[in-house]
Amino acid sequence: MIAFENVAYSYGGGDLLADVSLRLAPGSFHFLTGPSGSGKSTFLKLAYAELLPSSGQVMLFDRNVTSLSRDDVARTRRRIGVVHQDCKFLDHLSLAANMALPFTVSDRESAPQDMVDLLGWVGLSHLSGALPPQLSGGERQRAALARAVIVDPDVILADEPTGNVDWEMSLRILTLLVELNRMGKTILVATHDLNLIRQAKAQIQARVLRIAKHRIQLAGADL
Amino acid sequence: MKPPAAKPASPATRALQVVPPSGPTAWLTTFTAGAMTFLCVFALALSLASGRLADRWSEALARTATIRLSAPAEQMQLQTDAILAVLAKTPGIASFRALTDAETRALLEPWFGPDLPIEALPIPRLIEVVEARPGYDSEGLRQRLSGEAPGAVLDDHTRWRRPLVEAATRLRLLGVLSIALIGAAMAAMITLAARAALATNAEVIRVLRLVGAKDSYIARAFVRRFTLRTLAGASVGAAAGIAGVAALPATDAAGGFLTGLGFAGTGWLWPLILPPLAAIVAFLATRRAAFRQLRDLT
Repeated sequence: MIAFENVAYSYGGGDLLADVSLRLAPGSFHFLTGPSGSGKSTFLKLAYAELLPSSGQVMLFDRNVTSLSRDDVARTRRRIGVVHQDCKFLDHLSLAANMALPFTVSDRESAPQDMVDLLGWVGLSHLSGALPPQLSGGERQRAALARAVIVDPDVILADEPTGNVDWEMSLRILTLLVELNRMGKTILVATHDLNLIRQAKAQIQARVLRIAKHRIQLAGADL
Repeated sequence: MKPPAAKPASPATRALQVVPPSGPTAWLTTFTAGAMTFLCVFALALSLASGRLADRWSEALARTATIRLSAPAEQMQLQTDAILAVLAKTPGIASFRALTDAETRALLEPWFGPDLPIEALPIPRLIEVVEARPGYDSEGLRQRLSGEAPGAVLDDHTRWRRPLVEAATRLRLLGVLSIALIGAAMAAMITLAARAALATNAEVIRVLRLVGAKDSYIARAFVRRFTLRTLAGASVGAAAGIAGVAALPATDAAGGFLTGLGFAGTGWLWPLILPPLAAIVAFLATRRAAFRQLRDLT
């Protein structure tokens, strides 16, 4: 699905990531951890083609990202649901309209019942008409997760999805991600919350990757 | 609790909704389109009026000529008769007549007063000639006149007509040039407004790209908005311009140029094409600006 082959990414003259090789198998669950500024978000941006590698190859669904046209990138992103740390909502649109954006931009109609079910799944049925600034941090994260899965993507990438919520809400979001993985989705979660990772590993088979010294290491044994 | 049921919006409407509706560029686009179209209506009126004027002058002057006869008093009538005889045999002439002394006096009266002793002065005899279609051979007529009446000079008004028609034709071209310049200025201002809107909404565009929007979708959302705003502004501008032209004084008997500035007959329909034309200009300008700006985003 997503494969990195000797990928490096440089910014401002220095390497942020170097010699990264990784393959996300279908249906797998990965955590990506590391200190702030270690390159977790950069790794995710490379994985959904917001950034292009300085060297090496990033393959998305067996296609090299550097060979993708702008329209191809757009089509590829419809197969990857991304939960951004800051959610990336359009503040002038209602929660329901924001959740339906992946459908809207592909000129497709979301099934009303699917929308109702999805809102119920993330526990936001009563807020469908609310504007994003009216939502709490946890509500925004759950809504972002709902938007990420609305077009039934193959892969879900989440960047610190529990960064701004309390522990109870973190567990709730984790439960949703675990449910998605059990439905066959490939999941990659960037987080520095080791407790969350331990909690997840108690429920599912998850690999833990750590970025250290610009490289990715398997860190499962440390947890 | 279920979300409120609402009638699903069309894809085009939803595309419009993803871009925030208000902003400093909204009124600027509408105002620019309205003002430019208002000016365009006047430029169009000028151009059409100049065209009519050129045609009218050309037609009126082209169909008349004057023969001026200067001859000794004892030869005057003889040569006048000879000229009239030549004219009677010349094909392409609808009518001709020698002006009477009273008519000649009336022509000179504005300069010399009513008491001019016309009989005592060597004033040339004037003969008015009206051309038939397709016209006469002026060079052949000149040669025949020089043989029959050596003192006759044919003035077919060419030297008067040419500068008048040239002036009117250039006025018409100026009108057309003004319309083109106004259109170009409108395109430039709408391009600037579109770029400002795109820059203001850079984060919105980024979000749309992240959720899988193609450039064409994002551009369409902006292009539709700017095209509709321009169409609305231009419609108001055209209506105001038409009302302004209609309020100009009507053509009077003197046929002064200013009183003839306006539309005539089907000419009133011309301003109606300006709003769609402005919308097309906005469509192309915004589309070009949008794609250029989107190229810089990943």
